[in-house]
Formats: sequence, structure tokens, C-alpha cells
Amino acid sequence: MAGLELLSDQGYRLDGRKATELRKVQARMGVFSQADGSAYIEQGNTKALAVVYGPHEVRGSRSRTLHDRAVINCQYSMATFSTAERKRRPHGDRKSAEMSLHLKQTFEAAVMTQLYPRSQIDIYVKILQSDGGNYSVCVNAATLAVIDAGIPMRDYVCACTVGFVDETPLADLCYAEEGGGGSSLALALLPRGGQIALLQMDAMTACKGVSKVLDEVVRQHLQDVSVLTRE
Amino acid sequence: MLKSKTFVKKTRSGGVMKIVREHYLRDDIWCGSEVCSECKQESTVLQRDACIESNLCPFPHYLVPDTNVVLHQIDVLEDPVIRNVIILQTVMQEVRHRSAPVYKRLKDLIHDKEKHFYTFTNEHHRETFIEREPGESANDRNDRAIRVAAKWYSQHLKTPEAEAEGLRVVLITNDQGNKAKAEESGLLVYRCEEYIKSLIANPELVDRLALSNNEQNEISSSKVLFPEHLPLSRIQAGIKSGTFLQGTFRASRDNYLEATVFVQGEGEDSTEIILQGLQNLNRAVHQDVVAVQLLPRDQWVAPSSVVLQDDGVPKDDETNEEEDGRRKRICVEEHMKPTGKVVGIIKRNWRPFCGMLNVSQIKESTRHLFTPADRRIPRIRIETRQASTLAGQRIMVAIDGWPKHSRYPNGHFVRSLGSAGDKETETEVLLLEHDVPHQAFSQAVLSFLPKMPWTITPEDMVKREDLRQLTVCSVDPPGCTDIDDALHCRELDNGNFEVGVHIADVSHFIRPGNALDKEAANRGTTVYLCGRRIDMVPELLSSNLCSLRSNVERMAFSCIWEMNHNAEILKTRFTKSVINSKASLTYAEAQMRIDDTSMNDDITKSLRGLNKLAKILKRRRIENGALTLSSLEVRFHIDSETHDPIDLQTKELMETNSMVEEFMLLANISVAQKIYDEFSECALLRKHPAPPPSNYDILIKAAKSKGLEIHTDSAKALADSLDVAKVDGFSYFNTLLRILATRCMMQAVYFCSGMDSDFHHYGLASSIYTHFTSPIRRYSDIIVHRLLAVAIGADSTYPDLMDKHKQSALCNNLNYRHKMAQYAQRASVAFHTQLFFKNRGILNEEGFILFVRKNAIIVLIPKFGLEGTVFFDGKGKTGVNLRFDEEVPSLTVEQHTFHMFDKVNVTISLDDSNIQHQKIRMALLEPVIPGVSVPAPEVEPQPKKPKLDR
Repeated sequence: MAGLELLSDQGYRLDGRKATELRKVQARMGVFSQADGSAYIEQGNTKALAVVYGPHEVRGSRSRTLHDRAVINCQYSMATFSTAERKRRPHGDRKSAEMSLHLKQTFEAAVMTQLYPRSQIDIYVKILQSDGGNYSVCVNAATLAVIDAGIPMRDYVCACTVGFVDETPLADLCYAEEGGGGSSLALALLPRGGQIALLQMDAMTACKGVSKVLDEVVRQHLQDVSVLTRE
Repeated sequence: MLKSKTFVKKTRSGGVMKIVREHYLRDDIWCGSEVCSECKQESTVLQRDACIESNLCPFPHYLVPDTNVVLHQIDVLEDPVIRNVIILQTVMQEVRHRSAPVYKRLKDLIHDKEKHFYTFTNEHHRETFIEREPGESANDRNDRAIRVAAKWYSQHLKTPEAEAEGLRVVLITNDQGNKAKAEESGLLVYRCEEYIKSLIANPELVDRLALSNNEQNEISSSKVLFPEHLPLSRIQAGIKSGTFLQGTFRASRDNYLEATVFVQGEGEDSTEIILQGLQNLNRAVHQDVVAVQLLPRDQWVAPSSVVLQDDGVPKDDETNEEEDGRRKRICVEEHMKPTGKVVGIIKRNWRPFCGMLNVSQIKESTRHLFTPADRRIPRIRIETRQASTLAGQRIMVAIDGWPKHSRYPNGHFVRSLGSAGDKETETEVLLLEHDVPHQAFSQAVLSFLPKMPWTITPEDMVKREDLRQLTVCSVDPPGCTDIDDALHCRELDNGNFEVGVHIADVSHFIRPGNALDKEAANRGTTVYLCGRRIDMVPELLSSNLCSLRSNVERMAFSCIWEMNHNAEILKTRFTKSVINSKASLTYAEAQMRIDDTSMNDDITKSLRGLNKLAKILKRRRIENGALTLSSLEVRFHIDSETHDPIDLQTKELMETNSMVEEFMLLANISVAQKIYDEFSECALLRKHPAPPPSNYDILIKAAKSKGLEIHTDSAKALADSLDVAKVDGFSYFNTLLRILATRCMMQAVYFCSGMDSDFHHYGLASSIYTHFTSPIRRYSDIIVHRLLAVAIGADSTYPDLMDKHKQSALCNNLNYRHKMAQYAQRASVAFHTQLFFKNRGILNEEGFILFVRKNAIIVLIPKFGLEGTVFFDGKGKTGVNLRFDEEVPSLTVEQHTFHMFDKVNVTISLDDSNIQHQKIRMALLEPVIPGVSVPAPEVEPQPKKPKLDR
């Protein structure tokens, strides 16, 4: 029998969590003093560092300047030591470019950019250790960093991933579960308004109906998390 | 609630990788016992009153078996006596890792409510998790984990309430070291044999114990009979360097000292290696994967054509082998084949075998030999105390091992199937021997069935067309409860016909990947035996919800054509639908309606339209070169009370049979085209390869003997020449010829379109074909339904459906199951034929010679569809002068020459001298050849004379 048993008959996952339990979350804000805002977050074994500069004058080509709102510049990268095999990751590879774009879209939806016309906000996120759910951890880290920088947002952005095994949704996938062959859905949410900032699904299957269930699970957990962060 | 624990693991995947995984320890894992008041569990599995009567443990107790006990003694654990067992997660994981079949059985046990098996997730429990210590092997760690968990249980259950009951936990292990350590830490621990033997009420359980190593030593004599098997590492090195070859071991059916190993080469080139002699076979059992070393060329031999049966007297072996050796030398060089010897076993493929016990001559002996029904399996030595009760019964035995100093493998008794010759027992045996999964559906499978009462909800209707108003009807054989197809036909306003084929929408109920789907995929097909049906899907679906019965609303997958009066297809469309069949007819009823001119209702009109179109379709198909072949199918009239066959009848075909068939073919072809257009890489299709020309030799020769010529250049030529091949005054000749032609054909097989380039279906003369019309009884059709549903956007896809390698693996299983189902069906017919003749004594029948062999003729009795062999040599018949001419072919016995298709008279009787392999025996009656033919039997059935033997 090949592969791992992602969910046992007793309802426990590989690492002993139940289907809807999140991994242990630890976070710290203001880790660097020279940046305008910074945060460090751990979700299980996935660890990320986010730094925010700005809002400041648009650097580089002036042509990017927007007259009614701020430009958000995101850069995502992974440390060479973040995975089991050490790997040099040149900037601008396809995967991180895509991830940067996703982050940019997410925060353009959340940050009140219209308050800072003709300026730029930089968000740098680095994955220090990767164990699944990179995107959602980055979003959470970046949100904390933006809060730390004191930049007004419509709402905190919270993100989580959900997988689907044997008709059961699993919250907050770890690396082994992501590779387990099922589908994986990442969702970033503005919890108070219940708006979706970004939704991304990696799966071979086009799940109808399924997305409804996943949505509910993610929402519920994001709300739990947002309540916790508010406290 | 959560405690985090990180541990480090190293795995190999190309190189060494460090894998870090989180491991959460919990404090909310409950013990599952009724007695416990501490745990906040909602439901308990383990009973308060956990009593198995035992000498060793007179108090109520829970059993904790370790991994090896579960792996080797699963037969014992499955016994209903054994209840209240705690299966630790550590054990589950190890079992899963080491044996998939045992794991599945274990899971079934856990699901069984009656057994009270509880799975304790000890690896995630805060108090029972242990870390591997430096220098400790993984196995030792797991053993320790099991001991810690058992210890935890015994302390946890020390509540006042449990004390009162005297409840204890008993660890069962066969490992000496483990046992000693467990005793040290104050646990109650027994060896498996010890414990089972102590059970008061159930002495027969002891027989089901698998023999463990230390017991094997007692049996063996000191003489080493076989060379040692090489360790796996050396085998792998040898295979890499080319000194050894890997292949599947296939024992010879006729000669127990001979076997072949089929070595799969790259691409098409695969070789067969011959193995001869016990030493060279070296304890390999049929179907094992073995490593073989080739012998030097001067020791190569040709396959011997002798029939040797292991008669179990060890002394004879040497003489037999010598004799064999002599034959070898006689053989001509050109017949030599690569010869080798087994050096090691890569994978055992042992399963429980059916057979019978040869009771040992020594009265008090507990060791007996067991003879499997399959001749390719060696005899097995088992230990049992109930030999006298088991004699004359069909039993199942599993092999435990084959030590190098033992002539036979050692095994243990699994269960009794019933007395030999019994109908139920024999059916069970033939199902087991043909590997037909026929157990009742497990709870896990049944849980995916829709809840009754079931109705069609508006949600179901979203993607469905409402065809309830159509005059749909089904036509099936009498007594059919799994109706998977229905038809309709109506005239449209523009004068064309609208014809619909509606197939049960099974894929609506069986969702991909769940237990129900997996079970169906494994079963592959429904198996029809005489008087019994082994369903592929549970009965609720097969005979109710999916069955397109009349006057109920059912979901269907419809294929609807618009046709003109020449049966040319103008438009084809596919849709999921809801239908309401207006009538379920039998072939005869439908035929009656068509013929009865006084009937003019909608159903009859619809049937007439269908019939008219079907005739055109059939004519066109035959013009294109489709073959009409013939094989005799018999149907038994079964007594309703005793279920004994009382009459035999060959199935007859009516116009309506071919009417339904035509539209099913049309639907299959239309669907095949559609799914191939849509998914060129992963469509599941069916092909029928053209047979190699040499297959037709016998047919051409046979026809020539009657002065006729058969052209075999193409299917069309063959069909045409079969049509004109007629002999005056011999009306049955054409049927015989068609029967022969059927034997020349290849097997039709399923395949995945991405893995093959030849799609042609030879028999139907169609460039593409698949199976769409019987999803209730064939899994292939379910896959085709899913593909088609995705193609028309009615359903979503899933990864495995689009994976051509997985599809291809599925096709292999389906082909295997279909083949086995066919064999089982034939075996069932054969068995019922035997039953039929058993009650009839010796019969006198007319038959035709179908084949001529070197020493025998094969005779077909059209009346019973029965085929049998008349031997001209053998015991008591030496000195018969035989001349065989391969060219004609003909066989001259004394003065008489037999040709194919000659009419002969034979006697038919049942030979039950060997109770394990009963067979029908035929003897020649007419033409009379002195010394060969037998006198006509008296009217009164006589006891058989020994002279009749072959």
C-alpha cells in the first residue's frame, strides 16, 4: 500500500491533529527596528518573516506612480535553508514571482491605498522554514507587519489552507498533506466583512459543491484566528 | 489541548533527506472501555463483561496483540470467539506497512461491531508516546511502545469499578525478548499458542494457529532437502548484473516436478525458462515471484509431456526423476529450452488454498497432508486434532512457511467449507479458486449506499433531462432483476425516428474513490453462476435503485439518436436523464407483442419501430464484415426446492434478443467515439485483436475435409465463407463450423487509449468499441459513464480518471476478473452438468467429433452442449493400434478412421473415483470397433465396470 494515510479511521491526521484543528501559531511583531514594520510568525514548522517599508516616495521608474493611490510592491522569497534540501533560489523564479503577485493582489484589496496617492508601500516576506501553507503564512505575517507599520487597512487579512481527503476537509495542511495527492485550497479573507481577498485552488479535480464546504471551514477558522489576534 | 513535539526522521529518496514533521500529543484520546469513568468518551467499544473462557485468565480481560501476532494469526483473530481486543496504532501502522491484505482484514474486524475491536491511538497519546532512544532499532521502539501502551491500560483500568470486575489487560506476543521485558514491568503476558490453547470452550481454534518457527524445527528431519534461498540483497545485485532473472513462477498442471518461469523482457521479448526437479524448483510455489539462474547450455532440456502426479511417497521421487532424466536425453536438440534453477524468492504470493485432507495413516497423528484442489500447488502439511471430522470435507489451508529440510510446506487450517460434493461447498470452492471476491459487502461499503426511502430530489434534476413522459420499456431474459438497459423509439414530426437507449446511471450512486467504488473496482464484474449471482455492487443498487424497473422513476444515462427510415444516424446526443419505464418485458413477451397484429399500443409500436431499425442495422453490420459466431450455451432447469438441475436446455435466440443487442452495440460504438474524441489519452475502450493466421489452420483443414473452402484473409471473407459453408443433409455442420471458428478467436480486452494504438474490434468489425450498457454488472461501464459525464459536462472529473497509467492498471484488473468470471462460470456449468449426470446413471447420446487428437477424439453432444474426450489409450487399453495424421487431421483406430465432424454415439457417465476432481467420462459406442468401443448400456443404469476406464 503506497502513500500515507492522511486521515485515520479514528479521525487523527499524520501529526495527531483532528481534521479541523490548526497547527500551533506563534507570532511576534516589531522584530526589526530599522524597518517601518516587521513581524515573525510560526505556524507549526512553517516560519516566515515579513518586513514593511513605507509609505514612501516611489522609487525607480516614476512611471509606475499612481495618482489616486499608493503602489504596493511585494517580494516573496524562500531562504536556501528553508526546505529539506538546500537549494539556491535565484530571485524572480516563476514560483516566487507568482507568489509575489498573489500577495500584491491580496494587500491591494486590504490596505487603504487611496490615503497615500503617489507613494509606495514595500512588503518583503521571506520563508525561513517551509512546511506547507506557505502562502497563508506569508499573508498572516505580512498583515502583522503592516499593522506594525501602522498603515490603515480595511480589515486584517487572514489566510488559511484547506485540503480534502475522503470527503473530509482538513484545515491548515502541512507539507506531507499537501503532497498527499488531494486538493489544496488557499483562501485569504477580510473576516469582519466576510470578503474574500484571494482564493486559490491547486487540484486535479474541479470540485463543485466541495468549495462550499471548504469555504465554511476556512471562514470559521479565520474568524477564530482574527478574534485571537484582536485580543 | 495540544502539545507540540518535533521529531526528526531520515528517509532515502535519491539521497539522504532530513524530514521534520510535527507530532502533536493529545490528552483527549480515550480508552474506549465501558468500565472507565475518567475518560469523557461518547461511545465505548470494549465491554465491561469481556469474558473469553480461559484456563490462564479466568477473569474478564482485554487482549493487546503485538504486530507479529496480528500479521500471522489474523485467522485466529477473525474467529467470533475472540472479542474485546485493543489494536494499538503502532500495530496498525506496522501491519499496514507490511501486509496490505492483512491490513484490510484487520480494518474489517475493527468495523465489525460484534467483535469489539478498539483502536487506541497510542502514538498521539500524551502518556503513551515514546521517543526512539539512541541505538534502539525501530522494531525495538515499537515493541516498547506496545508495552508502554499495555502498561498504561493496565494502570488506567485500575479504577475501583474495574477492580470489582477483576478486569485485566493481557498482552499477547510471540517474541521471547518482548515477553520477558513485559513480565519484568509487571504485565500479564502470554504467547499466542499458550493463550489460545487455554481457551476452554474452543479447542478447534488451535488448528487455526499458524505454525511459528520453533515448532517447525520439531517436524523437520535433519536432512536438508533444498538449497538455501539467497538473501534479497544478493538477488537484487544478481538481477542487476544479469546473472539472475526475475519472473513469475508457474507450476505445471500435469507434472509436479516441472515448472516454467515467465521472464518479462523489455518490450515484447519475454522468455520462458523451464525448471525441472524438486531441487531446482527449490520450494517456489505457483505464482511466486522468483529469481532464477540459468543452467549451462548442455544441461538444457525440453519440456516433458509426461503426466506426473505427486503421490506423496517420498521414495518414489528419485525413480521418477531418473525416468525423467532418461526422457530428457531422448529429446531432440531443437526442442531444448532455456533451463534454470530457483535461487531465491522475491515475493511469495501465497493465498489460502482450497482442497481436501489426506488423513494420516497413523491414527493418533496430528500432522496430516493436505491436497489442494489446484494441481499446481504442492501438498501442504498441517497440524490438526480434528482430522476425522475434516476428512471428506473441503477445507481451506494457508501456507506458513517452507523450511529447507521439509519436503512439503507447513501450513495451518483456516476454515472448513463444508462436505465435498455438496452444492454450496463446491460453489464456494470454485469461487475461491477463481479468485472471485464474493464475501458479503463490508459495513464500510454499505455506508455509502443511499438512505432508504430514496426519492429523486430537485437537486438531482438540475443536470438531468426529464424523459419520464417517454414510452420507455426494457427487454431482458426472464427472471432478470438487474435491468440496466431500456429502450424507446418514437416517430418525430419530420418523419424521422427518435431512438433512445437508456442505461442505469450507476455512476450517480457510486462516487469515485469511496469504499463502495473501490470494492466495485476490485470485483470488476458481476459473476453469474448456475442458480447464483455474485453482485459487483450491493443488492440495493443492483436490483432496486439502479435497476430500470417498470413504473418507477429511475435515473438513467441516455443516448438518443435521430435516425431516418434507413437507420442512418442523423444526430446523436448524450444526456443524464430521469425515466419511467412503462414495461419490463422478457424476450418472449416482446416477441409476442411484435408478432401480435391486434396489439397497437405505444409500447408495441415502439418495439416494432425498434425491431425494424435493428434489422437494418444488423444487415449493415454483417455487410461490413461482423462475424456471427456460435457457442453452445446451456441453461439448467433448476428444481425450485432442492436446487438440483432437472433438465438441460441450450439457450435459444429470438429476434428480440438481437434487437436489444443491436442497439446496445450502437450505443457502445457511439459512446466509444465520443469519449475517444474528448479524451484521446485516457478513454477506456475495448478491442478484439485479429487472430494470427495460424489460428485458423484447424478450421481450414476441417472445412477441406468436407470439400469446402474457408477464407480467412479478413473478417468479411470469413463471415461470407462461413455463410455459404453448408453440407446437404447435415444441417448441424454450419453450427459446428461456427463453434470451431469461435475457438480460433482471441480474447477481447479492455485497454486505455493512451497506451495502445490498435483499437480495432475484429468480431464486430468496428474501428472503435467500448462497454457502456451494463454498468450494474461491469465496472468498465462505470468508468465509461464517468468519462462520458465529464465529456458532456454533467459531472466533475477526478485525478485517477485522467491518469492513463492508473487506467491501464485498472484495465488489467478488469481483464483478469472477466477471465476469471468466465472460468468460474464454466466451472459452475461443468459442476452442474456433473450433478445432472450423477442422477442419470449412464446415458447413450449422439455427438459429433469436434477435434481429433493423437490418442483421443473430442466429442460434442449438441443436446447438452457438452464436450468430452474419448481416449483410445490408457489403462487397460494397451495394444490398440493408433495412427494419427496431422495433415487431414484424422485418427485411425484399428480399421476405423475418425475425421472431424463424424457422427458418433457415446455413453456418458460420471466418474467420481477421485472425489476432488469428478469428471464426465465418455466411451465410444458406435462405430463399433472391437476392443475399443463398449456395449450399449442396459436400460437400467448399471454400476460402472472397471473395463470402461478410458
